[in-house]
Amino acid sequence: MRVTQGTFSYLPELTDDEIAKQVAYGLDQGWAVAVELTDDPHPRNVLWEMWELPMFDLLDPAGAVHEVNACRQAFPDHYIRVSLYDASYGRQTTALAFIVNRPSQEPGFRLERQEHADRQVRYTLHSHATDRPPGQRGGGGNGQP
Amino acid sequence: MSNGERPDSGRGFSLHQPASGSEPGPGPGLQAEGEADASALLGAEELIDLHAEGGAAQTTEILERLDAELVGLDPVKARIRDIAALLLVDRLRQRYGLSSTRPNLHMSFTGSPGTGKTTVALRMAELLHGLGYIRRGHLVSVTRDDLVGQYVGHTAPKTKEVVKRALGGVLFIDEAYYLYREDNERDYGQETIEILLQMMEDERDDLVVIFAGYADRMESFFQSNPGLSSRVAHHIDFPDYTVDELAEIAELMLAEEHYEFSPDARTAFRDYLDLRIAQPRFANARSVRNALERARLRQASRLLSGDQRKIGRADLVEIAAQDIRASRVFDHPTEDSADGSPTARRGDGTLAEP
Repeated sequence: MRVTQGTFSYLPELTDDEIAKQVAYGLDQGWAVAVELTDDPHPRNVLWEMWELPMFDLLDPAGAVHEVNACRQAFPDHYIRVSLYDASYGRQTTALAFIVNRPSQEPGFRLERQEHADRQVRYTLHSHATDRPPGQRGGGGNGQP
Repeated sequence: MSNGERPDSGRGFSLHQPASGSEPGPGPGLQAEGEADASALLGAEELIDLHAEGGAAQTTEILERLDAELVGLDPVKARIRDIAALLLVDRLRQRYGLSSTRPNLHMSFTGSPGTGKTTVALRMAELLHGLGYIRRGHLVSVTRDDLVGQYVGHTAPKTKEVVKRALGGVLFIDEAYYLYREDNERDYGQETIEILLQMMEDERDDLVVIFAGYADRMESFFQSNPGLSSRVAHHIDFPDYTVDELAEIAELMLAEEHYEFSPDARTAFRDYLDLRIAQPRFANARSVRNALERARLRQASRLLSGDQRKIGRADLVEIAAQDIRASRVFDHPTEDSADGSPTARRGDGTLAEP
């Protein structure tokens, strides 16, 4: 199951050149770049881990692409996204974020129903990626029942 | 439910593909952007008008400005002209589909203080940008402090951050020999050099590094880092200026600040240069600038303390001979401390370029 979150997620995977162009746009707006990664793509998991330090005074996108590739090399089976922060609001505000790397097999989600008082049913999403503890989630197979 | 979704995963996406293969566009990276219309390869018989070629005009303009603004430095200018020509020809070759490897443009600038290394580096960044060799053309000027960390594990991220900032432009490392300290094997400078080497290799297409420093120290710096030396293709030596050239530089500097020498002052300044050049810690153009700054001070106080009640534009513009002759260089021509400039007072002979 293909995770669609962030910008461009319905498009084919961006090439390095396309990533560079998106980042270049952000840099022209005065945004800061960060590379983040996670192995739990649940839509409510907003706290992805930061790869290296955020890049505040970058002028050229090549530095960001360099970090993306370094991160891909270190975590080939993680979700990796590029976030561009717009600091002009006085707080860190994500102006643009897009996924640049996915695991070779995306485990996906299942719907969970919870029986509640008065036969109410509550629904929630369960991320198959979290079936295993962190550190053992790499690669495919996570989504197998 | 998850079972129903699984067949999707096979075709819905693939792992990241690097730039190659997905786009038939020519040229590496973003550089192809502006040349979309020129992307069609030319036939073997077609001819290109050298002067109409994009970038040629800009190159000539930058080279002309280099000639006009920088006095002397003939070997430097000759080498820059060569580099510009090579890059231009490379671009023309690309239009015929003749591929060649990207030329290695890491440089080392050696020369005495005040010979214009930083200024030329700035021009170099503009030039390389004009020729499309680098994307942004900014100059990131750093010294040891900006690269080397203070504790274990601090150096690598610090150096990487600086290099990342310089990608697409020129990284200018002033007084680069400070990166390597022979006497201290545990110095973090060595780590910086290793990371620089690695980044110079990884980011070949986006990075130009210029190492600058005084000739003798750079010599031993490169000797103790052979890996670095072999990756630097252009070793450019900045010669010291002659008295004539220094006088010409002084005129240029004054004109920039809207001052003028009186005829007497002109000869006085040449006398000053003759004396000053023989003294220790002479920093070429920087010493000239300092001397002129002090002449301006004296001119200002002369105007205020003089008997003349009314002064005009000519008085405000003119540097008179007495403004120059009041310099201590004329009083004690042999004394070290004759030059009251901050550069001379630093006392260790190592002058940081401002």
